[in-house]
Amino acid sequence: MNEVTTLSDMWLTLLLTLDATVRLSTPLILAAMAGLFSERSGVVDIGLEGKMLAACFASATIAHFTGSPWLALGGAILASLSLSIIHGFATITHKGDQIVSGVALNILVSGLTIILGLTWFRQGGQTPALTGDGRIMSIDLPGAELLNSIPFLGPLYKELISGHNILVYVAFALVPLVWWVLYRTRFGLRLRAVGENPNAVDTAGISVVSLRYRAVMIGGVLCGIAGTYIAIAHNAQFTRDMTAGAGYIALAALIFGKWRPLTVFMACLLFGFLQAFSMRIEGVDLPVVGAIPVQVIEAVPYLLTVILLAGFIGKAIAPKAIGKPYVKER
Amino acid sequence: MQSTLLNKMVKGLSLAVATSAVSLSAMAADVAPAVVYSDAGKFDKSFSEAVWNNGVKRFMDETGIEVKEAEPTNLAQVEQYLKRLAKRGNSPIVAVGFSQANAVSAAAQAYPDAQFTLIDMVVPEANVQNVVFKEHEGSFLVGVLAAMKSESNVVGFVGGMDIPLISRFGCGYEQGAKYQNADVKVLANMTGSTPAAFGNPSKGAELTRTQMEGGADVIFAAAGGTGNGVYQAAADAGKYAIGVDSNQNHLHPGVMLTSMVKRVGEATYQSYKAAQNGTWAPGVQVMGLAEGGVDWALDEHNRPLVTAQMEARVNDVKAKIIAGEIVVHDYMSDNTCNY
Repeated sequence: MNEVTTLSDMWLTLLLTLDATVRLSTPLILAAMAGLFSERSGVVDIGLEGKMLAACFASATIAHFTGSPWLALGGAILASLSLSIIHGFATITHKGDQIVSGVALNILVSGLTIILGLTWFRQGGQTPALTGDGRIMSIDLPGAELLNSIPFLGPLYKELISGHNILVYVAFALVPLVWWVLYRTRFGLRLRAVGENPNAVDTAGISVVSLRYRAVMIGGVLCGIAGTYIAIAHNAQFTRDMTAGAGYIALAALIFGKWRPLTVFMACLLFGFLQAFSMRIEGVDLPVVGAIPVQVIEAVPYLLTVILLAGFIGKAIAPKAIGKPYVKER
Repeated sequence: MQSTLLNKMVKGLSLAVATSAVSLSAMAADVAPAVVYSDAGKFDKSFSEAVWNNGVKRFMDETGIEVKEAEPTNLAQVEQYLKRLAKRGNSPIVAVGFSQANAVSAAAQAYPDAQFTLIDMVVPEANVQNVVFKEHEGSFLVGVLAAMKSESNVVGFVGGMDIPLISRFGCGYEQGAKYQNADVKVLANMTGSTPAAFGNPSKGAELTRTQMEGGADVIFAAAGGTGNGVYQAAADAGKYAIGVDSNQNHLHPGVMLTSMVKRVGEATYQSYKAAQNGTWAPGVQVMGLAEGGVDWALDEHNRPLVTAQMEARVNDVKAKIIAGEIVVHDYMSDNTCNY
């Protein structure tokens, strides 16, 4: 009896850790898929962080004033989309440096959101905390309580699968969709081609510029959803720089997953899991080593990335034309 | 230019008047107080806001003297602001928060005639007044209350950046909880090891959820903006949270059990007032329960959560600490929490 209880306790602990993994991976998945579209078309997107942050601010602000999370989602997508169009205008139309443009957007948004927040709300760059209706709330899937009595599978359904908000399900459903678009549609084929060899695409009479714009704009929409999730689903207000580096971790996941939807998805889950796991082992007295200091725990994801990239997953080969603005040969 | 000249004339005049000790209003013209808020912003619902509400605003309302305010949006601006205010003849200049220590040190050396009041940290300069608090005493009180309120006998603590100052909160809280009930279990987490740990509500919320999964039903946050995530997570789960620095009970009525209040506003006010009366002095001031520097907050927002018995008990413990019957171990005295 006792053994059974401990076993199911451990199972529950594992499920709760995985549950936190799902919550923490969601913005990473959305942002990484955004980056995937953009980078597969040959446009480096280091501005994921900035676009998400802009979306965070837009969604929290709109949700505060209108009380509608869906208007907030729409507004956040618009904000993020307009930034991605600026990025496209600078790098595709005017052939500017993609890194410079992305970093500029990040800096712009980080400052602008604080300034706007200070002037509009006078709460130190925060937006007011949202209550109930303005947020995107978790949904309990049917039968969660009923099935909970079934050993192992019941808790799995209740804790892990049920009880997330709609954006989480959207993010997870997005992965097969991205795969399908990328590998099974004409648009996907052309998108991959334009990131490898834009000359060939151009020769075939397809517009490189329009393809890249579309890719960058899809990225903008996805970053908008990611920011909305962070601000009004996972949290209940905007606070300064609240994306806390999620955009850069998503970029790392993109490289880690070699620019392929399924492996990128796995990389996002891994990073999410590491974050969730680190919260659980922090301050816990472990046998032999004792309590692990927070500094070590914080470094683990980065150490692991370096180690895995250095030896275990092999070479990550970027799309060939990435980072290079397309210039028609004269 | 002209105004500085005028200022100097008034200064000389008021000094002359001060020696003959008359009219307050003439003396009032003497001080040109200023404040540099923490980079979390003036209205952070916590530290800086307490300085504004109970210190700066109160002083301005009472005396009619304008207090120059600076709101840095990042730490790099703090030194510039301090120096600019000193250069324009402002004094005393209150610097809010431990992270401004280096900037205060630099500014105090550059402007030896200006008076600086640094809150929450000590720098050994001849023209700096350092106000520090016995956070462990206030945290002890809220720890007692947390242990009384907890039904699971598990309480949580979420700290911001992993520094001794924050551990002092956690250690005092733990002592208080254990004092009330030796069987109580205290779960403690730090958010991170950089100042960014004071502004990461997502991580605060996740840490809180983790602690609640571990059975905690009262969570104390000493984590700046990260605390917003802690309170939200506690509210979402129907548990209790304890606020910090300023009275945060209003944030989530019915959720906020109490707040561990640091009277940073009072310290600011006292500093200006002392300068006005000519009694401002450099050195270190330690404000504990006895000095009214720290306390627990009870108002209409958390009144329904605190029974008469709890209130009596906490006030009893408070009296014992003030009387010296209970000695709360200070984490920063030896950097351990062995008590």
